[in-house]
Amino acid sequence: METTVTKKYTFKDFASDQEVRWCPGCDDYVILRSMQKALPEMGVKKEDVVFISGIGCSSRFPYYMDTYGMHGIHGRAPAIATGVKLANPDLSVWIITGDGDAMAIGGNHFIHLLRRNIDLNIILFNNEIYGLTKGQFSPTSLVGQKTKSSPYGNTQPPFSPGELAIGAQARFFARIGGNTPKEMTDIFIQSEKFKGTALVEILQNCVIFNDGCFTQYTDKAVRADKQLFVEHGKPMIFGKERDKGLVLNGLKLEVVTIGENGITQEDLLVHNAKEQDPTLHQMLVRLEYPLVTGIIRSFDDVTLEEREDDLTAAVKYNSKFVKTDDLFFSGETYEVK
Amino acid sequence: MLTEKIEPQIEALEAVIIRFVGDSGDGMQLTGTQFSDTSAMFGNDIATFPNYPSEIRAPQGSLYGVSGFQVHIGSVEISTPGDNVDLLVAMNPAGLKTNLHAVKPGHTIIVDTDSFTKKNLEKALYESNPLEDGSLENYRVIEVAMTTLTREALKDVEGLENKIITRSKNMFALGMVYWMYDRSTEHTIEFFNKKFKTKPSIIEANSKVLKAGFYFAETLELIPNSYTILPAKMNPGTYRIIMGNTATAWGFLAAAEKSGLELFLGSYPITPATDILHELVKHKHFGVKAFQAEDEIAGISSAIGASFAGDLALTTTSGPGLALKGEALGLAMMVELPLVVVNVQRGGPSTGLPTKTEQSDLLQAMYGRNGESPVIVIAASTPSNCFDYAFEASKLALEHMTPVVLLSDGYIANGSAPWKIKSVKDMPDIKNNKITEVKENWHPYDRNEESLARNWAIPGTEGLEHRIGGLEKDKVTGNVSYVPENHEYMTKIRAEKIKRVQNYIPDITTEFADEGNLLVVGWGGTYGSLHSAVKQLNEEGHTNIGFAHFNYINPLPKNTEALLKKFKKIIVCELNNGQFAKVLRINFSGYKFLQFNKIQGLPFANSELTEKFKNLAK
Repeated sequence: METTVTKKYTFKDFASDQEVRWCPGCDDYVILRSMQKALPEMGVKKEDVVFISGIGCSSRFPYYMDTYGMHGIHGRAPAIATGVKLANPDLSVWIITGDGDAMAIGGNHFIHLLRRNIDLNIILFNNEIYGLTKGQFSPTSLVGQKTKSSPYGNTQPPFSPGELAIGAQARFFARIGGNTPKEMTDIFIQSEKFKGTALVEILQNCVIFNDGCFTQYTDKAVRADKQLFVEHGKPMIFGKERDKGLVLNGLKLEVVTIGENGITQEDLLVHNAKEQDPTLHQMLVRLEYPLVTGIIRSFDDVTLEEREDDLTAAVKYNSKFVKTDDLFFSGETYEVK
Repeated sequence: MLTEKIEPQIEALEAVIIRFVGDSGDGMQLTGTQFSDTSAMFGNDIATFPNYPSEIRAPQGSLYGVSGFQVHIGSVEISTPGDNVDLLVAMNPAGLKTNLHAVKPGHTIIVDTDSFTKKNLEKALYESNPLEDGSLENYRVIEVAMTTLTREALKDVEGLENKIITRSKNMFALGMVYWMYDRSTEHTIEFFNKKFKTKPSIIEANSKVLKAGFYFAETLELIPNSYTILPAKMNPGTYRIIMGNTATAWGFLAAAEKSGLELFLGSYPITPATDILHELVKHKHFGVKAFQAEDEIAGISSAIGASFAGDLALTTTSGPGLALKGEALGLAMMVELPLVVVNVQRGGPSTGLPTKTEQSDLLQAMYGRNGESPVIVIAASTPSNCFDYAFEASKLALEHMTPVVLLSDGYIANGSAPWKIKSVKDMPDIKNNKITEVKENWHPYDRNEESLARNWAIPGTEGLEHRIGGLEKDKVTGNVSYVPENHEYMTKIRAEKIKRVQNYIPDITTEFADEGNLLVVGWGGTYGSLHSAVKQLNEEGHTNIGFAHFNYINPLPKNTEALLKKFKKIIVCELNNGQFAKVLRINFSGYKFLQFNKIQGLPFANSELTEKFKNLAK
């Protein structure tokens, strides 16, 4: 969306008067604050911002934003948001959803939204558990995970949100830890700038029902060693000492150490988020060590609105119908006297 | 079978019912449509009804693959496609077998003898050839070797595939029927010229065969009678023939133009509602945004989103689809956004009888949601008034900030009738509840004092940022509220808002008698059948039978009880097991509501209605 904003906002302008009611220590607070900080940087008017959510802990989000918002029904936020955006393409539309909302009950809407490439944003709070219903396994829970509905261990293999999304033709996919607000804020800004459906997966810790589910990657002490934060055009380098990197060995990604076996920084893969072919993006998404975060894919493509606009303009140009009278009285009519 | 020579004579009839039947690939729908269009242009009143299998191309010659098209034309008012037929045109044995029961004794059957082969007879489960075994002796059978004659007519046309030649035989039949009813072939030839503009050989073939059939009938002395139907007395004006589903789509186009809003349709294909989607996708020139969603739920949910963003939003479906939309419809009710849900009813439950008609979704429309969830329910009653009720549904949704369920059904949706064209400038104004300016102490659930409609603040409007959702809301601020008394208050005010719609809808009126022994009550798509039955009885001297037909179901018109009072007996006639009767009993407990129900996927037949009413009115 390109609008000239004369008003200068601060994060406070985007906070509603409602008391935030998530559990103390929940990453959702970080996400909320990051969003409120990101919005003033996006160059959009406050009245043009719409948050649409489904059902779940994350879906209370719109109530806390002083923008337009709708708390919808379970899994249907992508469909509601699609209607909002098609009705008024000038709006900045955000879907707030969770792993259950997006990939279980709303799985159908989620994949079709990505396929269509409508210019809106999805913030997916992935905590690998159902929080609001108090602790059942979700479509991203791990095999063997013990939950209220899998007391002996979960037997259903999980989705990887990024893998599913790119399989459904997502043009923009980013992943970020729930405890890194600075990077998160920047990714929100980048996702708004992206023309098309931008999906941001947040590794969100649920302190009550799945505490520590991402600690192995997100804990401050290990983060630098376990996460590779990719940036377009930059080498894939990570580690506290910035000495590890990724190379392609045959059809597999391999972790190498700079300085060992004659490896230099020049040998590392350079991240190309804008590549149309999603093969390497999928490999990055699937990688378990290091866990890849940042904007993994950002391929510019035609949006649904652009296709629709072009078609409508062409139809209008060629049509003899301007008013409904032109249609109603056209073709085979006859007079009764 | 008639073999003696009869002198051709032109006989003037008031009305005639013709049915064309054949294989689903035989082009019976086209044949029927051409005949009805030509008759309408001639000035007849008409009503049509297609009857086709749910299989797209059922095995050739099979009984379940028979496709039919019935047309009722008259110089008098025609309100239904009619029951039993005066003329059956059967292109194959299966068509004859499945439709013979509908031919009036002594009336005419035209058959293509070329199709009565051993194989086709077996497929139609005939043990002997009905053309030879005397089983048709109560009818006037006109045997025509149509396939042979069609081939003969086309022998000089070069470059025609065999398939095209045999497929043109429906035009031979049509040509014959045109001559029999004193109709010109002109309209149909014009139709070929337009339709096959780029395929001159097809134009030539079809025109030749049509004329061959026409001249064949003219020279054939075996034609028992020639009939003509004089033009009907209809209100002066410009007319066109319109199908119910098209009329519905156009009603929304008109409502969008009148209200100054853009039209958004979120829909998923389902029989028999899909034609509304087909129609609306054509009209991008009017700015219509028609979105084919991934499922029924996304259809309605996208419409809710579009409504939130300020469009005139609708979703179209049929019975099972309405079931899927239930939760989202509840959301629209809760957030009090304008939304029209069209349900073109079909035979249920479950998948039921997808291509047949029924009125069995009334209670689903009224009550098919969780919680206390009232919405406006209205029903169209003829193919052409689908236009008016689509317009009215939009008007009520926008003016009262509520979802409206518009009920249609397969019978009126696929049926066609003359429509005296309405211009948008003659339609009533549509107001809406949009607000554009920030007022002191504004809240999203501030209500209009009279209608109780809340105001509609559209994203993009500065200063009116707000949140809505499916959770219960505080009656003043609109914020989430779990306060017990507030929930009760909000539940009641949502119900009261719908009840007050009574102040904005017309009174119900009776036809034929204002008081008397029997009140015939109907709703929705049965209008034509019930109207013509009561009319006939009235003309026969049963002047103590009145007829009241409901288009407004929830809320009911204010004067409903006053009207019920004036009759000794009330019979509620529906194509279901008594759903509207239940609604009336809930509302008017002091009355006895008799029922007349039919659940066969078929409309009411005139004879079954008149017999029942006559006995009750005694």
